[in-house]
Amino acid sequence: MDLSAILSILDATIRLSTPLLLACLAGLYSERAGIFDIGLEGKMLAAAFAAGAVAAITGSAWIGLAAGMSVSLATALLQGVAAITLRGNQLIAGVAINMLAAGLTTFLGQTWFSQGGRTPPLGEGGRFVPINLPFANEVAGVPIIGPIYYELISGHYILVYIAFLMVAVTAYVLYRTRFGLRLRAVGESPKAVDTAGISVVKLRYQAVIITGLLCGIAGAYFSIAQGSGFGNNMTAGKGYIALAALIFAKWKPVPAMFTCLLFGFLDALQIRLQSARLGGVEIPVQAIQALPYVLTVILLAGFIGKAVGPKAGGVAYTKER
Amino acid sequence: MSARRPIPRWADVALLPAINLLLALIVSGLVVLFVGENPFHAIQVIIYGAFGYGEGVGYTLYYATNFIFTGLAVAVAAHAGLFNIGGDGQAYVAGLGAIVVALALDQTHWLIAMPLAVIAAGAVGGFWAFVPGWLQAKRGSHVVITTIMFNFIAAALMVYMVNRVLKPASTMAPESETIDVAGRVPQLRQFFSFFGYSPVNLSIVIAIAALIGVYILIWHTKFGYAMRVLGQNPTASRYAGISNSRMIMITMTISGALAGMVAINEVMGVQNRLVLDFVAGAGFVGIAVALMGRNHPIGIALAAVLFGALYQGGQELQFVIPGITREMIVVIQALVILFTGAMEGLFRPALERAFMLFSPEQKADAIAASTAKTES
Amino acid sequence: MNPQRPETAAASAPANGWAIELEQINKRFGAVHANKDIDLSIARGTIHGIVGENGAGKSTLMSILYGFYTADSGTIRVNGQVQSITDSSHALSLGIGMVHQHFMLVDNFSVLENIVLGAEDSGFLKPSLDRARKELDRLEHEYDLEVDPDAIIEDISVGQQQRVEILKALYRGAETLILDEPTGVLTPKEADDLFRVLRTLREQGKTVILITHKLREIMAITDSVSVMRQGQMVATVRTSETSPEQLAELMVGRRVLLRVEKDQAKPGKTLLEVQNLVVKDDMGITRVKDVSFAVRAGEIVGIAGVSGNGQSELLEAVSGMRDQASGNVILNGDALSLKGDDGAARARAAGLAHVPEDRQRMGLVTNFSEWENAILGYQNSSDYGQGPFLDIGAAKKRAAEHVKLFDVRPANINLKTSLFSGGNQQKIVLAREMERDPDVLVIGQPTRGVDIGAIEFIHNEIIKMRDEGKAILLVSVELDEIRSLADRIIVMFDGVIVGEADPASASEGELGLMMAGINDKAAAGPGAAGQETKP
Repeated sequence: MDLSAILSILDATIRLSTPLLLACLAGLYSERAGIFDIGLEGKMLAAAFAAGAVAAITGSAWIGLAAGMSVSLATALLQGVAAITLRGNQLIAGVAINMLAAGLTTFLGQTWFSQGGRTPPLGEGGRFVPINLPFANEVAGVPIIGPIYYELISGHYILVYIAFLMVAVTAYVLYRTRFGLRLRAVGESPKAVDTAGISVVKLRYQAVIITGLLCGIAGAYFSIAQGSGFGNNMTAGKGYIALAALIFAKWKPVPAMFTCLLFGFLDALQIRLQSARLGGVEIPVQAIQALPYVLTVILLAGFIGKAVGPKAGGVAYTKER
Repeated sequence: MSARRPIPRWADVALLPAINLLLALIVSGLVVLFVGENPFHAIQVIIYGAFGYGEGVGYTLYYATNFIFTGLAVAVAAHAGLFNIGGDGQAYVAGLGAIVVALALDQTHWLIAMPLAVIAAGAVGGFWAFVPGWLQAKRGSHVVITTIMFNFIAAALMVYMVNRVLKPASTMAPESETIDVAGRVPQLRQFFSFFGYSPVNLSIVIAIAALIGVYILIWHTKFGYAMRVLGQNPTASRYAGISNSRMIMITMTISGALAGMVAINEVMGVQNRLVLDFVAGAGFVGIAVALMGRNHPIGIALAAVLFGALYQGGQELQFVIPGITREMIVVIQALVILFTGAMEGLFRPALERAFMLFSPEQKADAIAASTAKTES
Repeated sequence: MNPQRPETAAASAPANGWAIELEQINKRFGAVHANKDIDLSIARGTIHGIVGENGAGKSTLMSILYGFYTADSGTIRVNGQVQSITDSSHALSLGIGMVHQHFMLVDNFSVLENIVLGAEDSGFLKPSLDRARKELDRLEHEYDLEVDPDAIIEDISVGQQQRVEILKALYRGAETLILDEPTGVLTPKEADDLFRVLRTLREQGKTVILITHKLREIMAITDSVSVMRQGQMVATVRTSETSPEQLAELMVGRRVLLRVEKDQAKPGKTLLEVQNLVVKDDMGITRVKDVSFAVRAGEIVGIAGVSGNGQSELLEAVSGMRDQASGNVILNGDALSLKGDDGAARARAAGLAHVPEDRQRMGLVTNFSEWENAILGYQNSSDYGQGPFLDIGAAKKRAAEHVKLFDVRPANINLKTSLFSGGNQQKIVLAREMERDPDVLVIGQPTRGVDIGAIEFIHNEIIKMRDEGKAILLVSVELDEIRSLADRIIVMFDGVIVGEADPASASEGELGLMMAGINDKAAAGPGAAGQETKP
């Protein structure tokens, strides 16, 4: 493989890991706050649809993004009401959200646009365009560094840069701010938070809101950046991979980035291998597809390290006695 | 120590699910209204499509067969305090067991092929649930996450198996060889012309047997007792000398085997071959069915028929009212899960208050009074 | 003695004024009247004890003061001002801090992070942490409360964790500090340290409210003491003017005669033998350290000790519930295999019955009906059906017999056990375990949360079992219960058997010393206490 082939795989890795990363960071907020979220997939799907539909109608990618984020936020709040206020089963709430999104997006898509569940293709302005970073064209000719800068670092959608920026932001928020301290605390010991005079409910809603917004960006990425318009079940289980990545990263932002890049890389490799063989040995493409899940299972089982989630995760908070 | 009074049993098992279903239907109706269609007309179409004529009934029962299996799978696990979210994957890989036996024996007779295929599908589906069970029992990883992961691993595995192993060289479509007529599970229309061209088949007998079997297992065997103790209180089961780890593994295996029966219905009764994605989300419908059926076989049977009717009626809906696609049914199903499973807190407290108001001399009161007297 | 009523105590204002005044506080939880017309005044700069039995309403009252609950009615005055305390942060702002019985700490946070949590200065953490570090340094010196600010909570001892809780309150400017059962989890040494800190706090003008049910502590450290019983405040007295006997009488409401009528034990052959038992808890910490003893037919061996010194783990290991145990448990001459998570079944098969310490967590499935609980642990017995099937009729018949024999009320075997009172729940467990005619009965806290009438019944049943020639191992944190029931007493401290005593001759003081880990006899003559005390 030459440099350009490697660069193209790495470039695809970045593109494919972006929605994973956004969804993974989204999940990080709610799970760190003690709310299991298996509904990342549903929120992304709903956002992808809303963004695609609104961008198609308005012709503006930014309005599409706003719509995607709003819908994802509304979905997250619904989940929040079930999990926080009504103290319902968080896992079941997630399952319901995923199903609701799968059903409603296809149903509304077909009803509104009559294109088999797809939203109309996006025209100029309806879709995010890749950004060329300064001097990208100028340095492209420089050996090694030039192509890396031009191909790999420059030329992505703005949402890609936002995603990677969010890693730093999340790490800062989590470890350097009051909100982060409280967020980490409420997922471990909501009682400690409550007796310290902080509202557990408010804190958890704040976390869920952030989750909703980030999932919204992730969803919009599918339909108005990577793709041009929404297609049926467009997120294709990426929400679950993001969940796997979150576990794999042990609920930490920087490891989350590396895990998402790894899973994105596997995805890119898999797409490329569809037509190519690796040396003399044939690796079924399905094995690579299943690898993120297999790795997560192995990690969860403690065969390589141990993933222990936030202690109060999955349990609604009730004052005792 | 909130003195919340329990609501009467009938309200818990019938009224509450009914209210939640109604709410799900109302919300769905509003969605239908929102896209400019008439929800009452839609309901009419669904009911007629599901029950109005023989073929419709047949389709309803065909769907219900799958949902009974997956509903029971979720319920059995739930009684032991486990949430098996992987019914889809378990049913999917069970197709391997079913097809291998069916193809091997399709020159004999379905009476020979079917029981053996049931065992094979149950074994493969059971294995696919056993592994997450084993991982929870011995390695402490949660079955919920593991079974989700196993759904995806199953999907990848099956694509590989169908394309690379089972597909005859002569065909292009990603599917296995077709089972010979002699090895297929007979469809009910062969006995009752009432069912028209519907695919409902003798698998429904297995489903009914499974309902009875699960009922006996849970409430009339020592194993079922141990399962319920574990589900209610894992410390108490340890105290009672029950091996929690063994219970988790066996229960998950039973659960997976039940989900695996979907493969019999689909592979041997309907498609007559193994096709990709033949489970079509039935595993997830099972969650809704178990939640609505309160994990009881009678409830599960009723809920499975209800969802079978929605699926069949939804199919019909698509033809009669082009503005409403069958995905509307997925929405209803999602809302049922949401309301019965995750938002139970919406109505239960109100219902509890209502019962306190209207029946002041409830049993619970008498009990509270009599226990209070014995104390002091 | 005629105890002073709270009103009379409150009549003359103390020199430093009142820190806290509660008037006519009421709180109900459904049918339970947890606090009933409570009046309480606490003088500033004193240590005030509140005693009462479990469930007397002490914790509820303090939770109201701390804003964790809101009172249904009544007035709270802090420093003379009427306040309606709506939540914990409000209480904190009024200078009321609380150290809960179960610590409210985030286990994977550092000491510093825990102290800052909820009391941050701004949105950014660094300035808060820096200020807290300085302030902590000052507080540590002022009150002699040393802790490493960067240590992670789960790595430090329980005593240290409690210090963090106290520092947390002081950091928030607490003038009044409520401590809920603070010594329950402490070793005697740690408890002494705590008392020293509390005295320092008093010297610095802070007010301390100490909730406990241990009279010894009240007498040792408080200036005044209030007694609660069944949700009511029955008396407030000066500690110097009262005695443990008087307080005990006030707590219980009548003079308790815990002496049980029983004949001299006639011990037979050894039925239960424990050799070099080592038990780890779920966290992997060794809780029972090389313990050996034997129980013979026809005798009751009581294990005394402060709660949390390994008794629970010992009970669970002996009854087969702990597979993280090593050593030997010999039942009826046969060694019990401790491997696997179904050891309890093997122990039962070998003739052991187990009445667990915590019936709701372990001994019952509270969501099950009475008859379903009547077979718990014996579900695989052929009495309840042949082969894999469960004979519900047989189970119900047996349950009905239990109910009749042990006078369980209400006598309804189809009722959920959660609806029975504590005493009746305990009878359900006892009936099930005793009625199987076991050779060895292992029984933990037989009368915890049980009403007086049932206590006598239960005690008599235990004696009856002994007289039938059973070997009985009894664990109780109630020293009186051990002394009145046991034929021999073994005292455990920090996972080790400190010594053995004869209930007839050993004085309470002697036992108390042993429970604190001090054995004079062992010190006087090497080998006197046997191999148990070896390091």
